[in-house]
Amino acid sequence: MHMVVLTKGVPDFREGQVSFDEDGHLERGKTPTVMNPNDRFALEAALQTRVRHGGRVSVMSMGPPGYKEVLQEAMETVYADDLHLVSDREMAAADTWATAITLSAGIETLGEPDVVFAGFKTADGETGHTGPQTNWCLDMPLVTHVVSLDIDEEAGTLRAKRLVEGDIEEIETVETELPAFVVADPEFEPSYRTAGERLTLKDLREETRARAENYEEHLTVRDHADINVDPDYIGLDGSPTIVSSVDPIPKAPAEREATMVDPDDTRAMQDVLTAMQSAVGDGDGGDTAAAGGD
Amino acid sequence: MSDYEHYEALVVGAGPGGAAAAATFANYGIETLVLERGVEAGSKNVSGGLIYAEESAPYTIDDLFPGFREAAAERPITKYRIHNIAGDKVESFDLTDLHEHDTEWSDSVLRRKMDSWLEDRVHERTRETGGGLLTGVHVNGLLREEGRIVGVTLDELDPITADIIVAADGVNSELARDAGLMDWDEPDEWFQGVKAVVDMPEDAIADRFDVADDEGAAHLFSGDLFEGVRGGGFLYTNRDTLSLGTVFHLDSLVAEEAEPHELLDGLLTHPLLAQWLGDDYTELEYSAKLVPDSKKVALREPHFGRLLLVGDAAGQMQAQGPIIKGMNHAVTAGALAAESYAQAKSRNEPEKAGTRYARKLRSEGVMKKLRPRGYELLRGVAEDDGVTGVVDSVLTSAVGRAGIRALSGRLERLYNVPTLSALMPDTRTPYVTLPTVIAEELGTRVRETSSVTPPDLEARIGGLTYDTDIGNPHITLRDESFEASGAAVAACPVSAVDFGGGCYREEVVRTNGSEERVVSLDTQPCVECGTCAVVADTDWSHPRGDKGVEFKWG
Ligand SMILES: Cc1cc2nc3c(=O)[nH]c(=O)nc-3n(C[C@@H](O)[C@H](O)[C@H](O)COP(=O)(O)OP(=O)(O)OC[C@H]3O[C@@H](n4cnc5c(N)ncnc54)[C@H](O)[C@@H]3O)c2cc1C
Ligand SMILES: Cc1cc2nc3c(=O)[nH]c(=O)nc-3n(C[C@H](O)[C@H](O)[C@H](O)COP(=O)(O)OP(=O)(O)OC[C@H]3O[C@@H](n4cnc5c(N)ncnc54)[C@H](O)[C@@H]3O)c2cc1C
Ligand code: SF4
Repeated sequence: MHMVVLTKGVPDFREGQVSFDEDGHLERGKTPTVMNPNDRFALEAALQTRVRHGGRVSVMSMGPPGYKEVLQEAMETVYADDLHLVSDREMAAADTWATAITLSAGIETLGEPDVVFAGFKTADGETGHTGPQTNWCLDMPLVTHVVSLDIDEEAGTLRAKRLVEGDIEEIETVETELPAFVVADPEFEPSYRTAGERLTLKDLREETRARAENYEEHLTVRDHADINVDPDYIGLDGSPTIVSSVDPIPKAPAEREATMVDPDDTRAMQDVLTAMQSAVGDGDGGDTAAAGGD
Repeated sequence: MSDYEHYEALVVGAGPGGAAAAATFANYGIETLVLERGVEAGSKNVSGGLIYAEESAPYTIDDLFPGFREAAAERPITKYRIHNIAGDKVESFDLTDLHEHDTEWSDSVLRRKMDSWLEDRVHERTRETGGGLLTGVHVNGLLREEGRIVGVTLDELDPITADIIVAADGVNSELARDAGLMDWDEPDEWFQGVKAVVDMPEDAIADRFDVADDEGAAHLFSGDLFEGVRGGGFLYTNRDTLSLGTVFHLDSLVAEEAEPHELLDGLLTHPLLAQWLGDDYTELEYSAKLVPDSKKVALREPHFGRLLLVGDAAGQMQAQGPIIKGMNHAVTAGALAAESYAQAKSRNEPEKAGTRYARKLRSEGVMKKLRPRGYELLRGVAEDDGVTGVVDSVLTSAVGRAGIRALSGRLERLYNVPTLSALMPDTRTPYVTLPTVIAEELGTRVRETSSVTPPDLEARIGGLTYDTDIGNPHITLRDESFEASGAAVAACPVSAVDFGGGCYREEVVRTNGSEERVVSLDTQPCVECGTCAVVADTDWSHPRGDKGVEFKWG
């Protein structure tokens, strides 16, 4: 089996890492880049497939050279065999459409993988489009919101449990032929119920430790020529989306005026009620009193 | 047979017993899978501890794991003294002869470091056989087919079958219980060990214990400092820490309604210890674990079908007077069990592995140490309450005291006689009365005063690492009446009467004008010592793999 996992670098939004300027804009230069947290589930899904069926896991990312460390992090998580960075200036400022075209072309240079995995939404762009759109270019069966996975190698099929409408309460089982494209849901749970699987996992961890230290030996960087795409279809030029402006969401004021009221002071409480009524407009005083008495 | 995952040999537990069994299987090229519930081997384990390599033992830890002493142990123990205590009077005997009897070497160890070192070696060697070692998996019972044991069931994995199963799952072995070979009913069959690991720089150890780099000291304590509870205290030097603790007979602890942590504090704050602990007491870890008393529970036939029991699981823990030998016997037994299977298999009679193993335990002299014949013969008389009463009143009388004074020059030598210490009756005489009288009659006053303030229970629990299995308690009360389970309130090492933050609490329930004393249980602070499996009416099991307490030192 050959698995390809897509992962992206995002600003580390954890407290203490992320930094914003006065206007509330993210300061990318001051905020470290990490592997998109949701991509862990895609990586876990690939790892589980690898443990159960053997084969090879490749991890691919489109982004600036700084994404190399993101790929290293992915290698440690998924015990990946090889890393692929698709990177050049022509690819900058891509929207999800141009990203999908670039990634699908990148995947095609790796041959014909059996399963391609993507995560569900990034922590910054958050569109959730990239997986499905990449697959639109690749034209494989697509299964999204996957929470568990079983592959029957002999039959060449993939059976998955997926959330219907992204709702944990409703789960359906779907089956499709390989090769297939899988978007892993954050609810994805790998399952290793045999000792053999866990021992393989341990072996892989052991093997990866050394590999991840010299990860650059296992990394291939490709530009648009290497993946054979026309610069007009990628990056800013290939992006039909136009972002007219970016507005920060206003912050709630840190301080508000507050008056302390003793709940036993009927008079004061009456004033509170009156104030609340006038705040909601022409509310019916009778109803409010009745609700309060329930 | 059903379609289960199968290994030729299965070892449950990666303590010294399991490690020895696994290494021996691997030496015979037998495919071996080792299953350990802790996040890492050693994270669940507690010992004093001094590991012995006995001259007479067929297998020692460094036979099986070359380089063990350099990499996994703390210090060779070269000085061994016992202190008889009465109030602030102390009479000390040098027991180095007893300690060195039949001893090739003896090192202090800390279990997290020791067992995790063994884990790596065991995994490497068993992996070559097609098996390996897994942590974080809890074996919860035996798998049977048509009434016969064929494998194990687990919380985390599907059932696994094997041709031979070694239960090296320690005291409170769930497999021994499932097989019907052990029950957890009688408190007098167990000791409870409680321990503190204390920080101390190497140069302070060298200075205060007068030991060189390749030397170490052991100090044992008995007498009247433990509220009359039968047992004693220990202090061992590690590389740059100390191990201090107490080991008491569980029945005595229950009878005296003693609080284990207070007994430990009684030791830590005794003026005799001031010279070693100084005024910079820093406790790194508080821990506890039951210890089987081999004299009473060591199984003569520790096997059942494909299941072989080794180490604490089989009750193979020898208390030879003050000397505690559990780890070394677990190692010997583990290796003998694996060897027995390999030999039985090569004769095409693998079903005879069990009887072969039991025979080896006898022919190699292990059983004789675990269950000394003399003890069994004397026990009836020596442990009779009436006899104890007479002996004690003679000892404490003017006549007895005169006798002790007359013996003074020879007492130290008598204490050093191995056969005598092996025969020591399980009564308050040797633990409390005799040492107290010796100290009163022959002892000298300690001049130092202690400035040690041990942390309270809340701080001790707070200092431990837990991964709580929320909503899935591993112990539940079967009978919450005070009569059935109340003893655990005091005896649980992380609970105490009037302490709300522990596992067990006493509560009074008032219904229709009547009052009922009941106990409640919260397993969050549990250190998995096993005490309440014996002294309370519970459904007791270990937590799932990776869950529960994680000892960093052990
Ligand atoms: C400051 C800023 C400006 C932006 N401007 C535009 C814009 O003008 N127009 C526009 O359409 N978008 C814009 N984006 C979003 C765009 O660049 C996306 O970040 C990118 O196309 C991926 O989309 P996403 O982040 O929504 O990922 P999602 O679609 O939410 O990601 C889903 C999954 O797809 C995979 N994936 C996503 N991106 C990559 C990648 N680069 N390499 C490998 N795998 C990947 C991962 O597995 C991921 O988990 C902007 C983003 C930022 C932060
Ligand atoms: C305070 C104290 C002081 C002691 N002092 C000494 C001393 O000085 N010298 C000495 O030799 N001995 C001493 N002992 C005794 C010694 O610790 C034991 O006899 C010894 O550890 C027994 O080894 P074992 O391999 O049988 O079991 P253990 O070392 O207890 O190992 C059992 C292993 O099995 C694992 N396990 C248990 N149940 C399961 C399950 N269901 N599934 C998977 N894994 C499981 C445990 O996590 C553990 O790793 C002392 C004990 C205590 C408590
Ligand atoms: S609850 Fe039971 S097993 Fe846990 S620490 Fe207390 S006595 Fe020991």
